[in-house]
Amino acid sequence: MEALWLSMKLAACVAVILLVIGTPVAYWLAYSNWRGKFLLESMVALPLVLPPTVLGFYALIAMGPRGPLGKLWIALFGHGLAFTFSGLILASVLYSFPFAVQPLVASFEGVDRKLLDASAVLGAGGLRTFWRVILPLSLPGVVAAAVLSFAHTLGEFGVVLMVGGNLAGVTRTVSVDIYDHVQSLEYGAANRMALLLLAISFAVLSAVYAVNRRVWTPWAAK
Amino acid sequence: MGCEVNATMLTARIRKGRHSAGPSSFALDVSIEVSPGVTILFGPSGAGKSTLLDCIAGLARPDEGQITVDGEVLFDSARGIHVPAPKRRTAYVFQTLALFPHLSAEENVAYGLKDFQEKERREKVEAILKAFRVEKLRKQRPGGISGGEKQRIALARSLVSEPRVLLLDEPLTGLDAELKAAIVDDLRAWNAAKGIPILYVTHSREEVDALGERVIALDNGRVRSAGAPMDVLDAPRRTKLAQAAGFENLLSATVLDLREGDGVMRVRLEESTCEIEVPLGYVAVGSRVRVAVRAGDILLATERPHRLSARNVMEGRIVSLEQRGMMAIARVDCGVAFIVHITPGAVRALELTAGLRVWLVLKTHSCHLVE
Repeated sequence: MEALWLSMKLAACVAVILLVIGTPVAYWLAYSNWRGKFLLESMVALPLVLPPTVLGFYALIAMGPRGPLGKLWIALFGHGLAFTFSGLILASVLYSFPFAVQPLVASFEGVDRKLLDASAVLGAGGLRTFWRVILPLSLPGVVAAAVLSFAHTLGEFGVVLMVGGNLAGVTRTVSVDIYDHVQSLEYGAANRMALLLLAISFAVLSAVYAVNRRVWTPWAAK
Repeated sequence: MGCEVNATMLTARIRKGRHSAGPSSFALDVSIEVSPGVTILFGPSGAGKSTLLDCIAGLARPDEGQITVDGEVLFDSARGIHVPAPKRRTAYVFQTLALFPHLSAEENVAYGLKDFQEKERREKVEAILKAFRVEKLRKQRPGGISGGEKQRIALARSLVSEPRVLLLDEPLTGLDAELKAAIVDDLRAWNAAKGIPILYVTHSREEVDALGERVIALDNGRVRSAGAPMDVLDAPRRTKLAQAAGFENLLSATVLDLREGDGVMRVRLEESTCEIEVPLGYVAVGSRVRVAVRAGDILLATERPHRLSARNVMEGRIVSLEQRGMMAIARVDCGVAFIVHITPGAVRALELTAGLRVWLVLKTHSCHLVE
């Protein structure tokens, strides 16, 4: 159960961080007219196609004592980043980035541009327009972003193993724990954990699709 | 255009969207002045009307030009001035209205009042909802509100913050004439006190007739003409004499009084006591005008009609009746002679004969002023 608690904590931290970082990135992707935008779009989508080991490998190198991130971390906190919970969060944020940004971009782009124009001529600057119009109307996308990045982090394996290793209570997440059980032929324990993860993932995804299908509509449709 | 800056004037000199090389190759190349009151921006779609409004509101940026309101420069390409849209204090009602679907009517209206205290904001919202007769809907979201009332809320939202200019991009499209007229009346009443320039985009002649104090006709990104509706828009409001050839009845008349609010005036037909109502022309009381009416536009009744929408009913006597092909031509003397076209079936059904007492019915808008 320690592993499950750790996975939940990791997934929750990553989801929160991704909402905070992902929102401005998504806003920029949705509204910028810059011609080179496709480059950033590709970068955001990269974790979708890259094997987790590739991402994990480079994350590990960067976080190692000779890597730029590792050096910075040691200078700031006096200890390394690899094989720590913080390191795990950082790698997971990278790995789950598209799962947060893409639903946000889609819902920001779905907001009627005339509403933004209306907001502007009514005296609202970009920030006020974002808080009062774009965000409330993108609520299903925000929920989807949070839930998907949570669920995706919950289920990740390769990156965790590469960057975090397998330290009980620090970096041993559910997926690593299941792998451990299988390796030592404890199929019963592996099955219990696997079933739990399956149930949680299904519940979480059901919630997202229900929101997208507007099972609970926050306001009457136009 | 003069260089004087009128204190309550909107001026815009805009060039935008160069689509090919050359000295005058801008997609939009206009210079307009809009004084307080309603000015109609009239023209086919693609003429550049919406782009012009977007430039004035600050939603689009002209390539060259200058825009001023109340003498304040909002845009000047030469001096590199471009006041952003939120700081312009121009109100803009879009064709789609763009009410915020997640906010109630009163929250929509209060949206632009962020700089006011709560109490003052409440009072302003309440007052403008009343002025546009939608105070009962204050708690409702736009999704549950009917067409005409949405338009009223959108107008209220734009006007509550006391803008310096009002831009309306076909805001009344899709409403029936009666509803349109009622909303226009409320808008006029509101602006009677404020006196701001209102630029009103429309395709509809009906709206030009109901609203137009001045018209700017835009075509292919250029101002084709500007001035009073009758000068800018030719037939049928003010028909050139040559075009009046198709009108069987051409009458001289004297203007008795102008009813600008209704868009009509009363005239007395010359050498008779007949008074009829015709569309408003920009002429003085007492001046002489000529009125053209098609013979086919006149209705004929054998009893005095009542409860009609048509404003002009004249009593007369059939002088002669003549069958010509599939059409009967009646000459009717109402003090003035009228030629009326009717069908042979109507002649039989009404048992029309020469000498019979009849009433002629004439819609106001079937009467065309002739230059």
